[in-house]
Amino acid sequence: MKKSILLTLSITLTLISGFTFSEEPATGLDRGIGGVESLRGDTELETTRPADPMKKVPRDQVDIESSYVFQPPLIPHHIRHYEVSLNANKCLSCHSWTKAKQMGATKISVTHFINRNDEVLADVSPRRYFCLQCHVTQADAKPLVGNSFERVKSLQ
Amino acid sequence: MKWIINALKGFWGILKSPSKAAVGIVLFMGFAGGLMFWGAFNTGMEATNTEEFCSGCHAPIVAEIQETIHYANRSGVRAICSDCHVPHAWTDKIVRKVQASKELFAYFVTQTINTPEKFKERRAHLAEREWARMKKNDSLECRNCHNFEFMDFSEQSPRSVRQHSTALANGENTCVDCHKGIAHNLPDMHKVEGWQ
Ligand code: HEC
Ligand code: HEC
Ligand code: HEC
Ligand code: HEC
Repeated sequence: MKKSILLTLSITLTLISGFTFSEEPATGLDRGIGGVESLRGDTELETTRPADPMKKVPRDQVDIESSYVFQPPLIPHHIRHYEVSLNANKCLSCHSWTKAKQMGATKISVTHFINRNDEVLADVSPRRYFCLQCHVTQADAKPLVGNSFERVKSLQ
Repeated sequence: MKWIINALKGFWGILKSPSKAAVGIVLFMGFAGGLMFWGAFNTGMEATNTEEFCSGCHAPIVAEIQETIHYANRSGVRAICSDCHVPHAWTDKIVRKVQASKELFAYFVTQTINTPEKFKERRAHLAEREWARMKKNDSLECRNCHNFEFMDFSEQSPRSVRQHSTALANGENTCVDCHKGIAHNLPDMHKVEGWQ
């Protein structure tokens, strides 16, 4: 009998103390993020903070140098509403071998004519058709996290 | 009853006799009639010049256009359907019918484009017709807003200047030769020259 009373008492006490501990008022630092600031600032987890302004892609910029060998070159101009779909490929209307010279554009690389069996085709290989899978525009966006990346020696 | 006839007779008398008053009245009636006609005509034109009107039959197109520069841009100046297209030759009656029962009417008229599949099939043909029309009038609709004379090449990007100062300036090409799909998604372009 005595034992069971003791047991119940100790359990109740542990429960109560547990309760009081978790009910301790949140400190100024703890707002659901444990006071840790991250890339989304010090906004609480449950609240949605206002989005950053959209980055603007310049109409034209000087060619952007590559950082490593075989890097897909970056697009140095805007591509608003340039359609690349089953129906049409606006990129190729300037960058195809037939149009490049006349439009003053860079020709697509020979690698784009090779299919996955290493066969050379007469036209752009289907696996290279969707240009924006590898080539992207650049906006003036600062890196969010600092890094020590350096261009490979051969391209410096 | 009699007084009406008498009054009409009197009025006719005034019109018949060559007096200053008669000329004034005839002129006035012509003017009023013209005004009324002009009003009706304008209401008709205004009704056919709205996006809602076109969307009765061209709903997919009106949805697509919202991503393009002529719908929203930094200066807020817009080009609407009728700025680039001659609206179909609508009579006032058709306009009112379309407004009254859009779906029903559109169903009977738009047999060629009333399903996404049919529109997809037909689209290349319709686009070809528009290109041909604009090629023939040297892109008159574009030039109503974009005047080549006043294009400031120092403000344009090098890519634009390169083409505008050569192929456009010498009259070899017109706007729609290079700016296909400026306001719409493109149809199948594989057979169009310069595209693949
Ligand atoms: C009552 C339905 C209807 C309305 C409303 C309508 N259209 Fe059409 N439109 C059609 C149909 C149907 C076709 C396709 C004709 C064909 O298949 O030959 C068409 C074709 C076109 C074409 C293709 C060019 C051509 O030569 O056929 C253009 C451009 C066009 N419409 C613009 C407009 C504009 C702009 C408006 C609004 C001012 C508008 N339409 C309102 C039914 C409509
Ligand atoms: C009602 C006037 C109007 C008409 C008609 C018009 N445009 Fe425009 N266009 C504009 C305006 C306004 C802009 C956006 C200017 C800005 O704020 O940058 C624009 C922008 C453009 C641009 C720049 C696109 C970009 O991404 O920067 C091109 C290209 C263009 N128009 C071509 C055409 C062609 C081709 C036609 C004929 C089929 C045409 N426009 C008809 C008013 C018009
Ligand atoms: C020989 C081809 C060609 C012709 C013809 C042509 N353009 Fe262009 N245009 C281009 C190219 C290429 C660009 C740059 C790429 C882009 O903005 O998509 C351009 C860009 C533009 C721009 C954006 C300019 C800028 O740099 O801010 C406007 C506006 C424009 N064109 C209007 C017109 C109009 C209006 C006509 C007809 C009077 C016309 N173009 C005829 C090839 C052409
Ligand atoms: C800036 C000019 C411009 C504006 C604004 C414009 N169009 Fe067009 N439209 C064109 C050109 C150019 C074509 C030829 C095909 C192409 O290049 O996309 C065309 C083609 C079409 C066609 C033929 C089918 C197709 O998709 O090619 C239809 C239908 C049409 N337009 C309807 C409309 C309607 C409805 C609106 C209003 C929501 C509209 N257009 C606004 C320039 C314009």
